[in-house]
Amino acid sequence: MASADQTVLQFVPLSTSLSAKVHPLVIFNICDCFVRRPDQAERVIGTLLGSILPDGTVDIRNSYVVPHNESSDQVALDIDYHHNLLSSHQKVNPKEVIVGWFSTGFGVTGGSALIHEFYSREVSNPVHLTVDTGFTNGEASIKAFVSINLSLGDQQLAAQFQEIPLDLRMVEAERVGFEILKTTAVDKLPSDMEGMEATMERLLALIDDTYKYVDDVVEGRVAPDNTVGRFISETVSSVPKMSPPAFDKLVNDSLQDQLLLLYLSSITRTQLSLAEKLNTAAQIL
Amino acid sequence: MFTAAAPSRSFLQVAATEEAVAPPLRVVQIEGLVILKIIKHCTEFSPALVTGQLLGLDVGSVLEVTNCFPFPIREEDEEIEAEGANYQLEMMRCLREVNVDNNTVGWYQSTLLGSFQTVELIETFMNYQENIRRCVCIIYDPSKSNQGVLALKALKLSDSFMELYRSNEFNGEKLREKNLSWVDIFEEIPIKVSNSALVSAFMTELEADSPVTQSDYDRLQLSTNPFMERNMEFLIECMDDLSMEQQKFQFYYRNLSRQQAQQQTWLQKRRSENMARKAAGEEPLPEEDPSNPIFKPLPEPSRLDSFLITNQVSNYCNQINSVAGQSFSRLYLMKALHEN
Repeated sequence: MASADQTVLQFVPLSTSLSAKVHPLVIFNICDCFVRRPDQAERVIGTLLGSILPDGTVDIRNSYVVPHNESSDQVALDIDYHHNLLSSHQKVNPKEVIVGWFSTGFGVTGGSALIHEFYSREVSNPVHLTVDTGFTNGEASIKAFVSINLSLGDQQLAAQFQEIPLDLRMVEAERVGFEILKTTAVDKLPSDMEGMEATMERLLALIDDTYKYVDDVVEGRVAPDNTVGRFISETVSSVPKMSPPAFDKLVNDSLQDQLLLLYLSSITRTQLSLAEKLNTAAQIL
Repeated sequence: MFTAAAPSRSFLQVAATEEAVAPPLRVVQIEGLVILKIIKHCTEFSPALVTGQLLGLDVGSVLEVTNCFPFPIREEDEEIEAEGANYQLEMMRCLREVNVDNNTVGWYQSTLLGSFQTVELIETFMNYQENIRRCVCIIYDPSKSNQGVLALKALKLSDSFMELYRSNEFNGEKLREKNLSWVDIFEEIPIKVSNSALVSAFMTELEADSPVTQSDYDRLQLSTNPFMERNMEFLIECMDDLSMEQQKFQFYYRNLSRQQAQQQTWLQKRRSENMARKAAGEEPLPEEDPSNPIFKPLPEPSRLDSFLITNQVSNYCNQINSVAGQSFSRLYLMKALHEN
């Protein structure tokens, strides 16, 4: 019969909505470390640095590799190295603290529990990031795990790795441009105007797509989707409504401002070349 | 005949000949990892200016930058300075342990609106140049990247400028002799980006399907006014400095011509005196008198500052031009959109 002091086998629940966000630099660094790993090593592991955002998301911003030795049942981690590099990193950016550790390879392996235990002593509830450099499933799988304790009453029995959602949207990488980051060789960096051109082309393509979609819906070729419709109407209504003369005035004023600046900078340049001629050509008689 | 002779050269000989004719540096090849690291470090501390070390390999005319590490923010303190050196050694040692190239090839630094052309930069360059034959400085501008531009530049000092800097003679004569103008101080080296196949695979997988990226939003930002205002402020400051420098020169030239006039009158006086003495049958006095203060050569002010300021000003002009050019396209785009 159930009694009052019944002990329940349970997982200690975590803060429910734990998730992680990863900076592209971390992926780059892990890949670089993996490429440069020692001959006999199967995988590389290392420390993740970052911070916990106010909403509880773990923001993984930096990483460094830690040399280790792995045999079937034990893992030797170079703890001195780990601490040295940690203090070096903290000198540069004291705000970045240990948030977990990474390993290459698909998913969690046996040795992982031991390493995770080590990192649990460094920081409470570390995140374990795995990056599948072998493309085991034919796709790039990057996963984040945390450990959950299985306990019987107050007694801990075991721990389990549980996957947590990982945010792989990389705003920083978009800023640099995927064109540069995803190819093995880029001959030159895009200039300002080229970037502008590409952006405009993309914008035009988007507008064309929207037109086409709206036309299709109106003609009855495509089933209307209310959410898309709402988005479109929101976008259109976000364009400020103003009378054509007012708008013309606004655009023309801005254009005049820019022209004035251009004019000024041209004058400055002329002045420079003149000054240079006068200064260096001035001979002492 | 040639082919038969070539293999007989020993490795040492080959090495020696290569040492003798170092090809000029043409390209800086940067890993995507390094770009991301630099950007992260610079933007996190912006607007404070930060620096860091570049590591890599020097291969022929290409300088490969394969890794880098940041320096802690410098403080004006002897003790901390020493600590900084320790930090650098420690970092290099640690990175070597994990098979990173630990050969210094230069440094990177952040800048505000491209105001990097300073005497300090040149001094750092000279310091580095003493130890490494070939080094570059990579400059990143976080303020510009808010507009969707990857503002990354690789610079080095031109050889002729370095020679001149070592001799420390920045007078008009020497500059004319070398035919060196302000454009020739810095050389910009084209940047290539390389990524390992692994990284490239990951990035291709991870690229979002969304047709619009953050840089597109940044580029289409209509408000460039704050940026332009600051740019103009800096430009005006620089122009003031430049006119100060020019006044210095005018002052110098005025003094010089006054001195020359004085010399002339003195010489005429001495000559007529000598004529009189000759007529009286006395020994003529010498036509030069080093002890006279009017014969002391006036020091010519160094041109280095005015050169650097000129560089700076032209840099601001370029930035204004490029941003204005972009704004034009944006405005016309807006107009077209609105008309539709």
